[in-house]
Amino acid sequence: MELTRRTMLAISSGAALATGLGALPAFASLTDDEIAKITGGAEMGEGAITLTAPEIAENGNTVPIEVSVPGAVMVALFADGNPTPNVATFKFGPLNPTRSASTRIRLAGTQNVVAIAQMEDGSFQKASANVKVTIGGCGG
Amino acid sequence: MASGVKPRVKVPKTAAAGETITIKTLISHKMESGQRKDDDGNPIPRSIINRFVADFNGENVIDVVLEPAISTNPYFQFDAVVPEAGEFKFTWYDDDGSVYETSKEIAIG
Repeated sequence: MELTRRTMLAISSGAALATGLGALPAFASLTDDEIAKITGGAEMGEGAITLTAPEIAENGNTVPIEVSVPGAVMVALFADGNPTPNVATFKFGPLNPTRSASTRIRLAGTQNVVAIAQMEDGSFQKASANVKVTIGGCGG
Repeated sequence: MASGVKPRVKVPKTAAAGETITIKTLISHKMESGQRKDDDGNPIPRSIINRFVADFNGENVIDVVLEPAISTNPYFQFDAVVPEAGEFKFTWYDDDGSVYETSKEIAIG
């Protein structure tokens, strides 16, 4: 086959796609490992966490995230597509009535933001939100 | 980065006893993630604020562990209940060992 510019482009984009797909599960399992460190593999319920994240973030350098979990003592945030999935861990004191916090985070690309909350009775809750990122926030 | 770090905090001046107020905090800090490279391709070492604590009259309101995924100029908004007049104390801990502190009085009225 004659290697034209067009076939080269097709080959290289196909290769890029393949590596992209291959990289995704690796990141996801990193996140799972970090989550398991916190929960110790315990079952996680759903529904108690309100995780507010934009559907589309134009700038991955500063994505506003709000998390609210009534009755939680601790909330950990993870971004499963970042080089390191940990984002932040909030511990709430007795003077925090709503157990909510908002901050701004960096996202390397389109991915899921996952929140894990530890409730007052020791059980765990999980919630996640998909954020589409136009420009990644990891620098070059 | 011990220079040019300026904490800014927004707390109401007065509140009713037992009222829930919203606090906003911002601190200027470049939060170098450790992932970026300089023009020569050498990694720029990580330099972030790794912990933020807010207390009211010695009782904890929120205690946050920050990772490199927190944006430049870390911003936090959270709620606090004000049982009596007193002082909110905010503390940020830098990777380089610096500690930045600021406090705000609140009166009952």
